[in-house]
Amino acid sequence: MQALSFSVHIPLVCFGIAFPTMILFVEWLYLRSGDQLYRTLARRWTRVMAALFAIGVITGTILSFEMGLLWPAFTSTFGSVFGLGFAVEGFSFFMEAIFIGIYIYGWDRLSPRAHFLSGIPIAIAGVSGSLMVISVNAWMNHPSGFRLVAGKAVDVHPLTALFANSFLWPELVHMYIAGYIVAGFLLAGAYAIGRLRGHWSRYERTALAIPLTIAALASPVQILIGDWAARDVATAQPIKLAALEGLHATTRGAPEHLLGWYTEGQVKDGIAIPKLLSLLAFHNPNAVVKGLDTVPADRQPPVNVVRVSFQLMVGIGTMLAAIGAFYLYVRIRRKRLPESLWFYRALALAGPASVVALIAGWVTTEVGRQPWVVYKVMLTNQAVTGASGIPVGYATLALVYVGVAIGVVWILRRLARMPMDLVV
Amino acid sequence: MHLYELPLIFVLLGLVFYVVLAGADFGAGFWQLFAGSGPRGARVRDHAHDSMAPVWEANHVWLIFVLTVTWTAYPSAFGAIASTLSIPLFIAAIGIILRGAAYALRAGTATARERRTLDTVFAVSSILTPFALGTMVGAIAARRVPVGNAAGNLLSSWTGPTSILVGVLAIATSAYLAAVFLAADARRSSAGGAADRELEASFRMRALTAGLIAGAIALAGIAVLHSDAHPLYHRLLHSDALAGLIVSLLAGLLTLELVRRSRFETARYTAALAVAAVIGGWALAQNPILLRGLTVRQAAAPHDTLVVVIVAVLAGAVILFPSLALLFRLVLRGQLDHSAAAAARPLGTGSVISASAPGLLARVAAACLLAGFGFLTIAEAGWAHALGVLALLGFIVCGFLADVPAQLAQIAREDGAAPPEG
Repeated sequence: MQALSFSVHIPLVCFGIAFPTMILFVEWLYLRSGDQLYRTLARRWTRVMAALFAIGVITGTILSFEMGLLWPAFTSTFGSVFGLGFAVEGFSFFMEAIFIGIYIYGWDRLSPRAHFLSGIPIAIAGVSGSLMVISVNAWMNHPSGFRLVAGKAVDVHPLTALFANSFLWPELVHMYIAGYIVAGFLLAGAYAIGRLRGHWSRYERTALAIPLTIAALASPVQILIGDWAARDVATAQPIKLAALEGLHATTRGAPEHLLGWYTEGQVKDGIAIPKLLSLLAFHNPNAVVKGLDTVPADRQPPVNVVRVSFQLMVGIGTMLAAIGAFYLYVRIRRKRLPESLWFYRALALAGPASVVALIAGWVTTEVGRQPWVVYKVMLTNQAVTGASGIPVGYATLALVYVGVAIGVVWILRRLARMPMDLVV
Repeated sequence: MHLYELPLIFVLLGLVFYVVLAGADFGAGFWQLFAGSGPRGARVRDHAHDSMAPVWEANHVWLIFVLTVTWTAYPSAFGAIASTLSIPLFIAAIGIILRGAAYALRAGTATARERRTLDTVFAVSSILTPFALGTMVGAIAARRVPVGNAAGNLLSSWTGPTSILVGVLAIATSAYLAAVFLAADARRSSAGGAADRELEASFRMRALTAGLIAGAIALAGIAVLHSDAHPLYHRLLHSDALAGLIVSLLAGLLTLELVRRSRFETARYTAALAVAAVIGGWALAQNPILLRGLTVRQAAAPHDTLVVVIVAVLAGAVILFPSLALLFRLVLRGQLDHSAAAAARPLGTGSVISASAPGLLARVAAACLLAGFGFLTIAEAGWAHALGVLALLGFIVCGFLADVPAQLAQIAREDGAAPPEG
């Protein structure tokens, strides 16, 4: 259930991270040039942001409810260790909510400069908020800053636990850049669909170029960041790495498998590249990579779930990077937007694909940690609620979320179709 | 005062803000349901919506604040409450989802009928949510929540008389607060004309009625507490808590009188005081017991956590309160209103951004990419990784600045002076 709520919430987070910056950039263009087109664009994007933020507020609230609804034992044992992250996140959320209120309703009422300034805290709060949430997740993957005595956390140092954690930075940067990629490709994809349907005035071209350039620059960078994050996983969570790669036995000079399916201790039907895994993970083609068999079977994560989502993320990420690189190449060599319709078809797909990659990435890190909720400290089934009736809750919530998702699609279409002059 | 009590005071303050501010938002939903039909009803619903639109998100975050501070500072209490009371918590969650979704979707409505449907969803969930949250408070007050993972009865813990009482009281209070606030908002815009004055009068009537009903429920509630939550009843009437009740009673009466005289702006504050005093009285009466078999002291997190939470909350407050003050000042002055409009002028009129040496920026971007690859991927040291990440972010920023302004200028040129089409 938390996973479900999360997959609804997380694409909205991406917009929370990246969208304010883009809107502010457009508004800044307007302030500099006085060109009404930029104002129209910024205002239309603001309406989309407002709707998405409202949904983000509720999905975020539900997530915090679920901390109690689903994981009371987790929260009551470790609340003192990780809770601080969420408490500070609460404040970020506050700032975001306050200034988004001012920004949205202040378009015609504040002086242009004041209005522009009121948008800046939104962008900052988006960053600090995600920093806090990621710090909690990084802690779950790599717990520290406390000792466990007789089932109670003692000797707690919340600051060390959350911020002196080697996992935090790769995860944060990875997520942050993912935010720009997802928001960038989704937005650009929307205008690419417009182009395929014949809407291609200056407005659409401008609205496409800005998010697309960001996403195109960010997606190749993400490969390097992801590689960095993976090297951290290799040292701190060897079992997760073994699950990512379907590596059964500890191996020196381990090969990397592309595609395939993990059964009976090996990857079937995959393409093996000798020694690549050791090289990638430890920068040494002959390094020893720990296998799944170093822990008992009931301490292993479900290998195929982890492995398939990991490959999905990497595969899609690579394709997105290729689209980005192609776009940059055309920009540099030809000094114009690509003209091939295939490019725009690919772009239209890239948006949803980036969301899939994003969710696959979260599945990788979360399921890859199973059966632990706090790595090597607390098992997931120790954390779960004792209250009955969870399946009923699941079903209801799933139904509600489907409704919300339909609603979001509906309003985005409505907003897109709204005549321009209504918004100006 | 002990260190372990301080976060609880923050929680209670947060609760007061939530009940007063978000309560008024819930109440606005309540009045949407009883707005009547026809154009007059539509006006009431629009007024309720417009009044809270700029602030409801900020108001709602108080709940998140209460939750996060509770689970950080009193983790075992939070675990017990959330598991035993999972059903009302779940109902509140559904209510919040529906409410937020209905709100978000309202921006896309085109016809009055669509709007009406969404307003109804919004209104029903606005009644459901405070009721569910109220029953939770009632369950805690009546000591029906024992320590442990779902140790209490999942159903009877929150369906006792005290729970129902607090749930209903939560709805009545919300409606009352909302009517006072909405009357004040209508007064502010009543320069508009007869329609606004009529709106103001109708909310004045509503405020008086709801105030009387809420007061009556609160008084009747004392009898309920006598039989259902006797320890709490006893402490309420025989300790400092009594002061809270008296303050609340006086503030409530004063509010009614102010509303009767149409002094709505002042009534906002006295109404809020009445609510705050009840919560304060409850806290004093229950102290030092947090849950059945758990004192505040036993529930508190270790010392270091408490210190960090307190520092974080105080530091957060330093940023938060000026921002909140700004928001509410703008709202109360009507600067974020739907109707008020003063067209903004653009600052500059010059050309699109001066192309500040895009060639140089592009080269810097390329250098950053190379440096980022070297530091992050090849090098091993932590400091090198940090540099590498900075370089890569630099690549994105420089690359963006190198390309986009020039590209936009190019798009504008290609398009000539033709205006954007609709």
